[in-house]
Amino acid sequence: MDGTAPFRRFDGDDDSASRGERPRHDARRALAHFDALPLLRFITCGSVDDGKSTLIGRLLHDSGSLADDQLAALATDSARVGTQGGELDFALLVDGLDAEREQGITIDVAYRYFSSARRRFIVADCPGHEQYTRNMATGASTADVAVVLVDARKGLLSQTRRHSTIVRLLGLKRVVLAVNKMDLIDWDEARFRGIVADYRALANELGIDEVHAIPLSALRGDNVLGTSLNTPWFEGRSLLATLEALPALTPSTAAGFRLPVQWVNRPHQDFRGVVGTVASGRVRVGDVVQVLPAGTRATVARVIGPGRDLSEAIAGQPVTLVFNEDVDVSRGDVIAALDAAPALATRLRADLVWLDIAPLAVGQRYALRLGPKQVHASVVSVEHVRDVHTGGTHGSAQLALNAIGRVELALEEAVPLTRFDDERALGAFILIDRATNATAGAGTVVEAIAHGAERAYSQAFSVGPVDRAKAKGQQARCIWLTGLSGAGKSTLADALERRLHAEGRHTMLLDGDNVRSGISSDLGFAPDDRREHVRRLGEVARLMVDAGLIVIVSAISPYRADRDAVRARFAPGEFIEVFVDASPETCAARDPKGLYAKARAGGLSNAIGIGGDYEAPLKPEVHAVSDDSGVDDLARQVLATLGR
Amino acid sequence: MALSHLDRLEAESLHILREVAAQFRNPVLLYSIGKDSTVLLHLLKKAFYPARPPIPLLHIDSTFEFRQTYAFRNEVPERLDVELRVHINEDGLKAGISPFIHGAAVHTDVMRTQGLRQALSRGGYDCAIGGARRDEEKSRAKERLFSFRDANQRWDPKQQRPEFWDLYNGRIHKGESVRVFPLSNWTELDVWLYILREGIELPPLYFADVRPVVERDGTLIMVDDERLPLRTGERPAEKKVRFRTLGCYPLTGGIESEADSVEAIVEELLLATTSERQGRVIDHDPNSSMELKKLEGYF
Repeated sequence: MDGTAPFRRFDGDDDSASRGERPRHDARRALAHFDALPLLRFITCGSVDDGKSTLIGRLLHDSGSLADDQLAALATDSARVGTQGGELDFALLVDGLDAEREQGITIDVAYRYFSSARRRFIVADCPGHEQYTRNMATGASTADVAVVLVDARKGLLSQTRRHSTIVRLLGLKRVVLAVNKMDLIDWDEARFRGIVADYRALANELGIDEVHAIPLSALRGDNVLGTSLNTPWFEGRSLLATLEALPALTPSTAAGFRLPVQWVNRPHQDFRGVVGTVASGRVRVGDVVQVLPAGTRATVARVIGPGRDLSEAIAGQPVTLVFNEDVDVSRGDVIAALDAAPALATRLRADLVWLDIAPLAVGQRYALRLGPKQVHASVVSVEHVRDVHTGGTHGSAQLALNAIGRVELALEEAVPLTRFDDERALGAFILIDRATNATAGAGTVVEAIAHGAERAYSQAFSVGPVDRAKAKGQQARCIWLTGLSGAGKSTLADALERRLHAEGRHTMLLDGDNVRSGISSDLGFAPDDRREHVRRLGEVARLMVDAGLIVIVSAISPYRADRDAVRARFAPGEFIEVFVDASPETCAARDPKGLYAKARAGGLSNAIGIGGDYEAPLKPEVHAVSDDSGVDDLARQVLATLGR
Repeated sequence: MALSHLDRLEAESLHILREVAAQFRNPVLLYSIGKDSTVLLHLLKKAFYPARPPIPLLHIDSTFEFRQTYAFRNEVPERLDVELRVHINEDGLKAGISPFIHGAAVHTDVMRTQGLRQALSRGGYDCAIGGARRDEEKSRAKERLFSFRDANQRWDPKQQRPEFWDLYNGRIHKGESVRVFPLSNWTELDVWLYILREGIELPPLYFADVRPVVERDGTLIMVDDERLPLRTGERPAEKKVRFRTLGCYPLTGGIESEADSVEAIVEELLLATTSERQGRVIDHDPNSSMELKKLEGYF
């Protein structure tokens, strides 16, 4: 049997039907109407026999969402295997598996689709049995709201507690408490209020912010669509009216831009698109963004939406980004606005619901999927296991099937992630058993533990690099002077800073030799040491650029790859490479440190800075030839490129 | 600016198609030429625009498709620059399996279900994308978006992998596969409204036209070629009909309709009191529920 609705509700705004005429519809108007209806996804959960399937059946039936052939089939099924003594058994509408109908229980979550005049709905009917917790949790993870059913005769049961705990763990903070079968307790108001009080206590304990309690009878339809005459004391809205009014969980377009990279689309040499769905914020052509975890920056050249180019894309949209620069990006990286970088974590603490027969244990390794990122994770500790009956917690070395607890995980590499409450897309994960490939657990990050202080810049703070530079009335830059010893770097650096300083600019000069006495005091002059020295200079310069300064770096920095690596740490246009060039003869004649003389005398083993294997820049922003030009001319030449 | 309902459905489907491209080595999109797989084809183009989709189409040809279905299949994918592969169960063809001799259930099993299993194992496909929707049928309403199949291509409805948020677990061992349903959360109305919004071209069979039909057991079967054996006293009548789904022509009932455009179909759909699969002869075969067919590997 089919679940397609005949959409009768739409003719509510066409009064021809009430005049006995055939109602007319206009397709374009219908498109506009249905496309504009906001969607709400909700689940029904609670203990076995609390009436979840019956409630959904009642909603579908009373909202006119069942086709004639479906109703006919339901009548036949009800007579054959129904439990309502020949009356329509609505549970048969959702229990779609043969095993479910045979056993009269719900095994797996069923999704049904209907609309009211104000809203589209996707409802997931979740199984109540503890053994099918994994299926209940599956349904809850994509819902906006949970409808928790309670049998008015029984009050809160352990499955009510379990489901509410899972619902909260998976990010739902709004619950509709449907106190069902009120007809069987003669619409006893006091009993209803008692159950609501019990549930509010549980909600408080779990951190569920909003509880909308409704006394109803799913079987009879009281307070399902309209308000019931049996509950004159109830001042709230019916179930449908409540659901129509609740907001959906949509990603934030106001937050900073973040996009987890799903795939890199590279059909041929001339096109390279970074593919993913915008998790938060918005991205525009021309934006400078960063690629994490590497930290490289790139400029957005194209924002391609579904089938066409856009000027801007917002949270929730699937896009393909093309960058101006040829940056290294792969699946699992995160593209973020400069001021919206998530933490790079190598450890995390998380709440976890465990769904595998093999228990989670300390020391075990799993494949962790967070967004598109897959990384190996090992269990450092189980902080506690939650007792769903009492709400208390206790210690344990493992999480058994259907257990809920808090764990600490160590990741094999640094992963950009956030607390789940800050950003669902970067704070939700699954653990996969590496041998069976089963999805063994679902987790939400409660704390991201960053790996080491050198990554501290990637924490998101409210004031960003652009703000700091703006406060100084300038554009931050790194002017990197490279060249042989004696080429005139220090002289030029000094002249540059003097001029900038005179103009009221905020500057800093990093001289390779001076820095060596401090931050690089542990390094010598072997090629590897020189590399590390250049890397450190680059990092320090970048921090200072982030602070809003114009930084002048003067360092031989002999290797092209090292200088390019430094360049990649800056936004496009921020890094200005100046090749201070003089002939070896000129350098040797100047010989400010006496290195050339020493080399001639055979006292230097690594003669790189004096010509050994210095790799000149291929495309420097400025080529400053110092053989004949005076330092003032060279300084003017450099400053001209700042484009102030 | 906020995303509309169809934008959100489209976004979810595109996300899923991209996950398939990223997670699987050798995926394929099952293309039945019906409206749902035509919408899938449209989404496939969008997901990878401006590049050519990295996922080919696969048609399991029962040899009893409508003639207009074949014409559409042979023209549209090529025009859209998407690779099309066709598989016919040659064993079934040699055995002369026909819906008229062997019945709807046997024919569907051999030419579609077995044909599909054959094609998937011979092609070494680790993922097959299908256009099924959860609102179509009750066992479909229970299926995951990424639906695991064991090495025998069987679905175990009692042991489905849990599926959280949009974190689809496509990890499998060699020989196992995953069926992926990007349209799971679309309703029939959504599909038609999307076709209307996007101006998607469909096979003409979806639109009302005068066609030769015979009425059998309450369904209107089109006499599409000479293979349809007429029962005694049966004479094809010219009726204005259209089809709500497209399967094998002898097994697909048409409905009398005046709706000859997407607009008209949407308008008709809004007034409809019966559901889409009603015209499918195979669904009314009491010994072959959808779940049973799915267990065996049917899509």
